[in-house]
Amino acid sequence: MSELAPAIELRGVTRRFLSSGGKSLTALRDFSMTVKRGEFVAVVGPTGCGKSTTLNLVTGLFKPSAGEVKVMGQPVFGIDPRIGFVFQTDALFPWRNVIDNVVAGPLFRGVSRAEAYKAGRDWLVRVGLKNFEKLHPHQLSGGMRKRVALAQTFINKPEILLMDEPFSALDVQTRAMMHEELLKLWEANRASVVFVTHDLEEAIALADKVYVLTAGPATVKSVYEINLPRPRHVADIRYDKDFVALSMRIWADLKDEVLKAQARATMAA
Amino acid sequence: MTEIMTLSANLSDAEIEQKAKSNESRYRLKVYFWRSVILVLFVGLWEIAGRREWIDPFFYAMPSAIVARLWDWTINGTSEGPLWYHLWVTMEEAILGFITGSIVGIVVGIALGRNQLAADIFALYIKLINSIPRVVLAPIFIMILGLGLASKVALAFVMVFFVVFSNAFQGVREADKAMIANARILGASNWQLTRSVIVPSAMSWIFASLHVSFGFAIIGAIVGEFVGARYGIGLLINIAKGSFDAAGMFAAILVVMFVALAAEYLMTWVENRLISWKPTTMSEAN
Repeated sequence: MSELAPAIELRGVTRRFLSSGGKSLTALRDFSMTVKRGEFVAVVGPTGCGKSTTLNLVTGLFKPSAGEVKVMGQPVFGIDPRIGFVFQTDALFPWRNVIDNVVAGPLFRGVSRAEAYKAGRDWLVRVGLKNFEKLHPHQLSGGMRKRVALAQTFINKPEILLMDEPFSALDVQTRAMMHEELLKLWEANRASVVFVTHDLEEAIALADKVYVLTAGPATVKSVYEINLPRPRHVADIRYDKDFVALSMRIWADLKDEVLKAQARATMAA
Repeated sequence: MTEIMTLSANLSDAEIEQKAKSNESRYRLKVYFWRSVILVLFVGLWEIAGRREWIDPFFYAMPSAIVARLWDWTINGTSEGPLWYHLWVTMEEAILGFITGSIVGIVVGIALGRNQLAADIFALYIKLINSIPRVVLAPIFIMILGLGLASKVALAFVMVFFVVFSNAFQGVREADKAMIANARILGASNWQLTRSVIVPSAMSWIFASLHVSFGFAIIGAIVGEFVGARYGIGLLINIAKGSFDAAGMFAAILVVMFVALAAEYLMTWVENRLISWKPTTMSEAN
């Protein structure tokens, strides 16, 4: 039964929270999403609509106010060790050098030092940072820091990978490189991925399925299957005619929500 | 600005670096020069004013008299025994108070920083005690703990504790939320989170407080000695005051000044060794 269960299942989830002023706000309303094992799902929506909340519900850092969140067929209870998370902001430990950052996970989980460092070096080779293990994060570029973050996450062999706008702070060229890098790592480990972004092209280029969310409180507006062949070359795929057609269709859908969110923001201001 | 830009454009990297280096050393020389000028002027004016009796040397002393007194103390010792012994007593009190105060301050600061409920409960009492000017505790400590070491250590302890505590507490609260979430998802237990994320990220806050708090520890020790002691620099100042010995008072102050300065440099050195991961700043090349 649980063998066949989807990796992630959110059913009718509503998430309310209290703002710092004590007002009750709704981030997600009646939200449902299913991620099959090994599937790469991207979630797009207007800025501030509650996209990241979906991820925090899966990690167990947030609890749903209503509805059900299941991971591998089991209700979420605390932080699941099978989950890996890549953050939007820099979440590396600045006082640790590159290799010590990468081995943090295994050491936290009680793997022996020798084994952890062996795996850590291995991962640094895979993300192309072999000669940088002794440097500290502030000595690296934004792209290199993201590679460290990927190695730090992948070394735990996550079965579920959650990514919260991980590349949004990078410049366009570095971001394209990171897309290639991510797909390469993912092809090897085939985790189930939820990739949250506000960049539609990024979503289509990477994912098997794209969820479009409404302006907050977010709920699913539509779901698109992306049937572009794999392995994909992210740098070239955006000129593919199927890609362009898909991206125009989905954008037409997303645009309404972006305009709605914007109108609301100007009203509030 | 444009002039500098056009100039730099014609120079090679090595020349720019060379120029920056010589600029820097010239600047540093300038700083040292003016520092010494101010020192010489200040000391010289004081000496002259004293000798010409513009100010009464009986109350204000003179640099030459102060140096003479220091020399006398180092060679012959004070009326209360050797200078080094007094200095040692004061330092012992200050160091013990500093070490115990900072350890307890760090531990309590981190513990309360990690526990919202405990922090809210104790906040009131910490504020209450913190609002007491620390020096008024000196007579109480001396009454309870006697004229010896313990009362001074206790006073230095309370002086240090609150500074270190509030910085450690603040440092824990300021720890980056994404970094904490990252550590937890990577698999850190509560204790691992505290040890390998919270404490290191609070470290720069804690060090900032250690810098000032050694000075506070010396204040605690000396104030304690004023109020009642058998040995110590504070006692020397007190005795000098009693006999209207201005040179003696200034001499004792000078000794404390040098010790506090040396401690400050030592602290900076230790901090630079321990927090080596901090980014260095780049300056504009011109």
